[in-house]
Amino acid sequence: MKNKIALGGLSAVAVLLISCAVYTAPTREETLQVVKSSFKERGIAKLDRLNQSDLQVACSEASVTGKDLPQEARTRLERQALATVKYPADGQYLGDFKQGERIAQTGVGMQWSDSDKTVAGGNCYACHEISPQEIAYGNIGPSLKGYRKLRGASPAVMTYTWGKLWNSHAYNACSQMPRYGDANILTNAQLKDLMALLLDPDSPVNK
Amino acid sequence: MKAITRAALGVAAFALSCTAAFGQKDTADAIARYRQLLQDGNPAELVAARGEALWKEKRGPKNASLEQCDLGLGAGVVKGAYAQMPRYFADADQVMDFEGRVVHCMVTLQGFDYATVTKSPYSGTGQRQTEIEALAAYGVELSRGVPVNIPQSHPKEQASYDRGKQLFYMRAGPYDFSCATCHGVTGQRIRLQDLPNIAANKEDAQRAFTTWPAYRVSQGTLRSMQWRLNDCFRQQRWPEPVFASPATVDLITFLGVNANGAKMDSPSIKR
Repeated sequence: MKNKIALGGLSAVAVLLISCAVYTAPTREETLQVVKSSFKERGIAKLDRLNQSDLQVACSEASVTGKDLPQEARTRLERQALATVKYPADGQYLGDFKQGERIAQTGVGMQWSDSDKTVAGGNCYACHEISPQEIAYGNIGPSLKGYRKLRGASPAVMTYTWGKLWNSHAYNACSQMPRYGDANILTNAQLKDLMALLLDPDSPVNK
Repeated sequence: MKAITRAALGVAAFALSCTAAFGQKDTADAIARYRQLLQDGNPAELVAARGEALWKEKRGPKNASLEQCDLGLGAGVVKGAYAQMPRYFADADQVMDFEGRVVHCMVTLQGFDYATVTKSPYSGTGQRQTEIEALAAYGVELSRGVPVNIPQSHPKEQASYDRGKQLFYMRAGPYDFSCATCHGVTGQRIRLQDLPNIAANKEDAQRAFTTWPAYRVSQGTLRSMQWRLNDCFRQQRWPEPVFASPATVDLITFLGVNANGAKMDSPSIKR
């Protein structure tokens, strides 16, 4: 009898404990499960786009906690990104700056409203000031006006700029800029046209 | 004489250097004036009226109206309910946003099929509003002027906020974008479009939450909060969020809690 009462008392305490359990925030894995069950593929945008790379995980984590990446991780991710860069085999970096301007103005590509035949643009003006005649530019990225005038066009500037376009994380681990070469967003020819927009002395950017 | 010329030149140079800044301010002012002019005669009023008719009409296999729908403040109470959602609903044992809850009522009270109702939740450009959009316009209209008060007392409401925050910062897809790419820093623009900092700027979060749903002039149709998230994810290069799915509710909870205290001012009218 006594035992029964004690047991009853214990289970009541247990129920109370469970129902009053201290709230624990969902883990990253739990959130990921909910996210993955909440999306569906549409057109070219398949579900595998939710599978994050190591860099995406590290940069998301740094962002949600408001802490900078540890120096070691930063260096490692930047080195890995730099290793993905494929420089032009012919050594030619500059294409047609007029084409480059068009690519910088165009924002389509890789959305579910696009097709796999859509020629993607760079949408550079969404975030950057570039040619002085275009005043509808965003400010998420730095101004690129006068790019060559400010930096010159040495081999070091050429390879840096190409690398930045190919995989922006090579020079800033958690850069917000898309990996235009590494993620196959733009072709080599398009990248060269963008290079010319920034680095051709006749480009409006350098006037 | 020379000094005067030099002074005049200085003034001219100063004026020139400031033109760009003034230009931006003028643009912002002009857009604000444009919005104010649009506010008179917002077509969203007609959408809300249709939503009210839909709410009160006996429809569906069960030939019932939505007037017994519980939006969190008791069966049939619409006034002020939108400003307090997403919230936890015991009967569904989950956190629901306004749009998801209305669909829940269409299914449970009126007997509609969930998949059919949610197949096309958004209207095409210039097309007739969907029923969900009309009902959202009606619901939010009855919360105009009501302070946002998204509850955080139930553990599932807290979990919704915390997941929403994690998702907000989650970078994924071929462009590596998260919500925070555009909405994590104050004062940022895409082209000339101002971007609210939803995570860390209370005023920005409040303006964003209180002005959706909105009539989009450029699209000739009323857009809901679920649509707003959907079109962000399209541009984020992610797959498509399922209508009223847990992740979308979590994001709306994150935004809503960050906006608590501001007065609802919707349906509004936007560019």
